[in-house]
Formats: sequence, structure tokens, C-alpha cells
Amino acid sequence: MLLGLLEREPSHGYDLKRDYDSYFGQGRPLRYSQVYATLSRLARDGKAVAGPAEQGAGPERRRYAITEAGIEDVHAWLSEPAPPEPNLQSELFAKVVIALLLRQPADRYLDTQRAAHLQRMRELTQLKQQGSTLDMLLADHSLYRLEADLRWIDHTAARLDAIAQAVGR
Amino acid sequence: MDRPHGGPPGRDRPGGGPVSARTGATGSGAVSGRPTRILEATGLMKAFGQTPALNGASMGLDRGEILAVMGPSGSGKSTLLHCLAGILTPDAGEVWFNGDRLDTMSDDRRSELRRDQFGFVFQSGQLVPELTAEENVALPLLLSGTRRGLAIAEARKWFGTLALDGLEGRRSGELSGGQAQRVALARGLVARPVVLFADEPTGSLDSVSGELVMNLLTTAARDRGTTVIVVTHDARVAAYADREVVVRDGKVRTLTGADA
Repeated sequence: MLLGLLEREPSHGYDLKRDYDSYFGQGRPLRYSQVYATLSRLARDGKAVAGPAEQGAGPERRRYAITEAGIEDVHAWLSEPAPPEPNLQSELFAKVVIALLLRQPADRYLDTQRAAHLQRMRELTQLKQQGSTLDMLLADHSLYRLEADLRWIDHTAARLDAIAQAVGR
Repeated sequence: MDRPHGGPPGRDRPGGGPVSARTGATGSGAVSGRPTRILEATGLMKAFGQTPALNGASMGLDRGEILAVMGPSGSGKSTLLHCLAGILTPDAGEVWFNGDRLDTMSDDRRSELRRDQFGFVFQSGQLVPELTAEENVALPLLLSGTRRGLAIAEARKWFGTLALDGLEGRRSGELSGGQAQRVALARGLVARPVVLFADEPTGSLDSVSGELVMNLLTTAARDRGTTVIVVTHDARVAAYADREVVVRDGKVRTLTGADA
């Protein structure tokens, strides 16, 4: 992602960190040490080149620029799909199976989970209504994922008796 | 407080009534800050022939609250909405609206109440195709006897609020699904209802249009203190509400138990 930001224009580590935090930080800002370690690695691998050290107070200041190899990397990354995460062994699934095995009320667990999911969806919807366009985009991503879980929860709740039989109760 | 001809506040001032009534929940009577129950149903039973739709459904709603009613198809959620709105009469159980018992009211009084106090939005607009958009919006006002000019002027105010500028003269066939649904929403809100009943209000819309409708619906309702019940099977729609209940097998379940 840093390399992607660097493709826009040659930048100082400070600028990259600021832009990363603004687009992707979401309350978890990058540390300067991470930024400079990444830039050094990119320079070592020929994906970026460092300009001369600049005069000024404070720590080392160098402007980094992306190389042709770096640009190729960014474009290859953009053209590849991210791996779909099937979450075949999600915690939700495990809790339902274990509850059924232990003859615990799986329907009650599913109701509790459903309420927690909807509560989170309400918070994200508020964020969407008050936040910036990027906040909306990010909130939507989470909302659709939570919605998918909820559909699974409803589907499972409707078939709980059959599932209990399959689990061997 | 200690003014010369003040007297006991509110006792010899007939004008005081409406003011405190307008401030509503917190103004008159009850404990300050405590919301008022506006709509309450207990033990509702309703069957269509041999098929039970409601089987002891109970729920309550506070003034100004936005509630989502969820549940699988055939769970009874629309039947519940129709009983709460006085469209259907339950076989047993009680429905109370603002201190009046709805299920035993005469048909005439109930129609009047539906017209004056309730607003409705259904899945697909249900606009009158022969009328223009603004005439459709003005319809509830015209039906309750407002002069045409005044009703149309009132209706037009909603076109800006609901991002419908310039569509006042269109007929429903000339509107997109999202626009028609926003016209229906304006019609549901134009008479400033105390409760807005919405049955799958985004059911026929794509996700972007549906989001716009829900945004406008909840913003308009919160700005005006309108109480809203939204029946939906869509969790992203339900997430616009303050809380949700789930109807299962004709009974209402509050999943968190927080509002018992």
C-alpha cells in the first residue's frame, strides 16, 4: 500500500505515513519505524530509490521515488483478486456445533450473536450517516460482511433441529 | 416564579395546555425525560382460516422511537404491523394507541385515526398512476379536507427534503423505482403522522436507492419526532432503527432482553 501511495509522486516518509493513516489507519496509525523499514526494504529490492539526505532539524529526511519495477509491482497487485476468505471454520460455526454436542441451547447463542451483529451494524450505519465518503465505503464493507453472517445465522436457526441430528444428538 | 399576578402555573392559563402537549413526552405529567408509550400490543392472536399468523404477540413502542420488525417470510411480521395500524382486527388481544384502545374502536373512528395520526409506506410505492407526483403526496391532506391549493403547497415542501426537485409534475410511470418510493415516503409523512408504518419500504429497490430511502426516512422521522415501525427482512435496513424485534412463529422476541 505504501508503494501504491508512492506511485503518485516522490514523497518523504512523513507524507506517506500521514496519507496512510488518513486512508487506512482507522485508529491504528503506522509507526515511523515501520514506514522507514518498509522504505529501506523497497529501496533494497529496487522498487524505490532514495534521494539525497536533506538538511534540516530532526531525523533523517529523504525523498523516495518509485522505480519502474515498483510501478509494475503496484499494477500487478491491483490486477490480482484478494483471496476469498471462506472462513470455513469460523467461531460462529464452532460455537453452534459445540453447543449442540454439549446439548446447550444453540438457538439462544444464535439469538445473542444476532443481537450483537445488529448492534454493530447500527453503529456502522451511524458512522455512515455522519462520516466521510471513505468512512462510508469502509463501513459498507463491514456491513455487507456482517449481513452475510446474519443470513447464515438465520438460516442455521431455521434448520437447527436437522443440524442437531447430523451432529449426533 | 414569584410574580404579582402569576398564580399557580398552568392552572388558570388555558393556553398552557397545547404548549405542554407539544413538548410531549417530557413536558406534561410523567417523570421528566421518560419516554411515553405510544403504541402497545398484548397477546395478539390472528388466524387466516386454519393458518395462525399471530400467536400471542406482544410489543410496545415509545414516542419518537424507530423500531425494526424482522423475521422470516410467513412469520407474521406484516400481520403484526397491520394489527398495530388498525388495518386488521386481531382475533384476541389488545392494541392501544396513545391511550385509546384501537382493536375495539368503531370502523369509522379507526379510519379517522389512521388518516389523521398514521402514515404508511409499502413495498412498491402504490402511487395513483393518474395523479402527478405532487398530487400523490398531497392525497392524505386532500382526503382529510385540506383545500387543494394548500395541500399542494404543503406537498411541494417535501420534494426538496427528499431529493425530488423538479419531479412534481411527473406521473408514477415516469419515475424510477427509487423516486416513486421517495414520493410514497413524502405521502406517508405529509400529514405529519404520529406513527409511520413502513412495510419493506426498500423491498423493490437496489441497494443504493434503498439506502437513500432509509437515510431520508430516518432523518425526516428523527427531525420531526415521528415514531416509525419498519417491517423488513433486510438487516442493513434494520440497522437504521434504534432497536429491533424478531417475529417468530407469530410471537415477538426481543433478542437482547434490554427493553423488557
